[in-house]
Amino acid sequence: MKNTVRQVFHSSKFVVGFVIFVAILLLIILYPLFFPGNPLEMIGVGTFAKPGTYVSLYDGINTETETLKLPGAADKRLDSVLKREDRIKMVAYLSAVGADIEGLDYMDTEALMELWRANYDETARPSGMTKAERNYYKRLNASLSSMGSSGQMTVTEHDSSGEEQVVATIGTEDYVNVSDVANTKNLVLGTDNFGRDVLKELVSAAGTSIVIGLIAGAVATAIGLLLGLLSGYLGGFVDDIIMFVTNIFTVIPGFVLLILISYSLGQDKRGAAIVALVIGLTSWTWTARSVRSQVISLRNRDHVNLSRLSGHSLWRILMTDILPYIASYVVMAFILQVSSGILAEAQLSLLGLGPKTTEVPTLGLMMNWAMLYSAHLNGSWWAYFPVILMITLISFSLNLMNTGLDQVFNPTLRD
Amino acid sequence: MQVKNEDIIMQANKETPTVSLDRRHDVSKNPLCLSGKGVTREFHAGGTHTIAVNNVDFEFREGELVSIVGESGSGKTTLSKMLLGLLQPTSGDIYFRGKKRDISSGRKKKEYWKNIQAIFQDPFSSFNVFNKIDTVLLDCINMTGGKNLPADKKVELMTEACSFVNLKFAELTNKYPFELSGGQMQRLMIARIFLLKPKILLADEPTSMIDACSRATILDMLLNLRDEIGMTVIFITHDIGLAYYISDTVYIMEHGKFVEHGSADEVILTPKAPYTKRLISDVPKIHEPWDLSTVSGSAE
Repeated sequence: MKNTVRQVFHSSKFVVGFVIFVAILLLIILYPLFFPGNPLEMIGVGTFAKPGTYVSLYDGINTETETLKLPGAADKRLDSVLKREDRIKMVAYLSAVGADIEGLDYMDTEALMELWRANYDETARPSGMTKAERNYYKRLNASLSSMGSSGQMTVTEHDSSGEEQVVATIGTEDYVNVSDVANTKNLVLGTDNFGRDVLKELVSAAGTSIVIGLIAGAVATAIGLLLGLLSGYLGGFVDDIIMFVTNIFTVIPGFVLLILISYSLGQDKRGAAIVALVIGLTSWTWTARSVRSQVISLRNRDHVNLSRLSGHSLWRILMTDILPYIASYVVMAFILQVSSGILAEAQLSLLGLGPKTTEVPTLGLMMNWAMLYSAHLNGSWWAYFPVILMITLISFSLNLMNTGLDQVFNPTLRD
Repeated sequence: MQVKNEDIIMQANKETPTVSLDRRHDVSKNPLCLSGKGVTREFHAGGTHTIAVNNVDFEFREGELVSIVGESGSGKTTLSKMLLGLLQPTSGDIYFRGKKRDISSGRKKKEYWKNIQAIFQDPFSSFNVFNKIDTVLLDCINMTGGKNLPADKKVELMTEACSFVNLKFAELTNKYPFELSGGQMQRLMIARIFLLKPKILLADEPTSMIDACSRATILDMLLNLRDEIGMTVIFITHDIGLAYYISDTVYIMEHGKFVEHGSADEVILTPKAPYTKRLISDVPKIHEPWDLSTVSGSAE
């Protein structure tokens, strides 16, 4: 046994898969300890906040400032507010008033602003330009003028009598230290469509999906193992019956069966455990078939015959004389079943047939929400890409462990 | 290497094993132990129909050492499985101690298996590699009703069985069968039989996978076991020379049928069937030319 474990951990493929899987497990276990809270808590009101650190503007105003004269700060400020569409319209205006725009790069803020300041005339009425367009340029110019100047912004609030009171005056060179601001939030993976912290949700979803995979894998392996052992060892009529049922389940596409059962259960009854059970109940067939073929090759071995001659019961022969010989195979089958259970949940949830959406997040549900709220169309990659990566990593690590085990237990596959 | 040394030491400490003609018994007056009438076994697979054992009759008496001799594929193992009750005959009946054998239920099978046991050809596959030697021997004690015996009595029985086959139980305890040599494993198998003391022992080529030195020891132990317990030994072999030395009676099997049977002297010294003659001529003899033409030729 010790020797087998040593051999297993000498397989580079198994070790890589094992390290990835353990890292994911540690993340799932440790992250909630350091960052507790409900993963389904909606902290954002808008949808799909970008990944990054969020600083409370309100608290920032009331925080002690330092004056920093940073070179290029004004340009950066302009850069950040001047959108691509605005720049294109500015070039269109300059062209309309006959400015020399030859060789102008509209993304070069300094050159664009220089030309703009030199040519913009609020009273000019270029031919073909509507009043609405002229008003747009007025607003844009006002915004750009205040941004580029070294002016100040006054922040006021209404006091109890309804009168406006000046709370703070903010200069363009005033800075606050982020650590002094009372409320900041680092959203490493931003928020999803419901304003939930995607990272917290992802860690929780990965845990739930692994549990679903484990339950589905355990159910499928247990059923497949039991039927495969009985069918392979007893043979005859029992084998015919079990194989008949197995063949029926094999012929009906498992995923279609899974969809039908999930749909007929209704969303109220579809908890994570029920979905896992349904996945397990529809994916045992190939385990049963492969265990059966292994048992058939074992049932006439001398040690099994000797056990029968010793009067051992059917259960004892199966558990002590056959199961230990196929244990490595069963472990490999279980790992694959866990992996395919996680993928099946993701597929089901993507179709809207996964667990209830109000209880726990799962990787499939996160994909489903991202798809429903068009994250893939509006560029909110953080809502679905980390989920895809997590599913891939879990599945990849499990399959890598399986291949490593296969190489150890099947010497013909060794490099 | 260490295991082989132990083997040699044990061998040296023991009297020279004797496998000689004077150890034959006259069993013609003994009552019938196992007999069969028209025993047939057919196999159907993928449209192929094979008759492995074809309408054979046999009579094995109590205390008799019977050899069933034949080439590979002649039906010996199928017949042995039917005798053991691991395979049902397609037709024909097997009688145990004069009564038709009934193994129609699990309980009846268990009862029958208390009377018949086996030693198989390959000692390396005869043991469950996950069970320790203690478990193998304890199972035998439990099977013979010794489940509630005190632990020291069980150890005493296991020690006695091991010493019968020149093994030291104290050195075997907590070891796994695969830690022993082939010869030691086959001796352990005989120790198992010593504990079970069945009426019939079916030895399916028990010496074919062990070296020539250990072979004589194993055969000597089998003969001792027969003398000690008085059981019937059915010895399945393809080696007609070996069969001649140890058997009281010899059955020659060809293509699923017994072509000749009788006392060992009668069958081997005055063979009648061409197949028996061929089997005898196939045995290589030291200091004599070996006629290879008969080895590849047909019995006819």
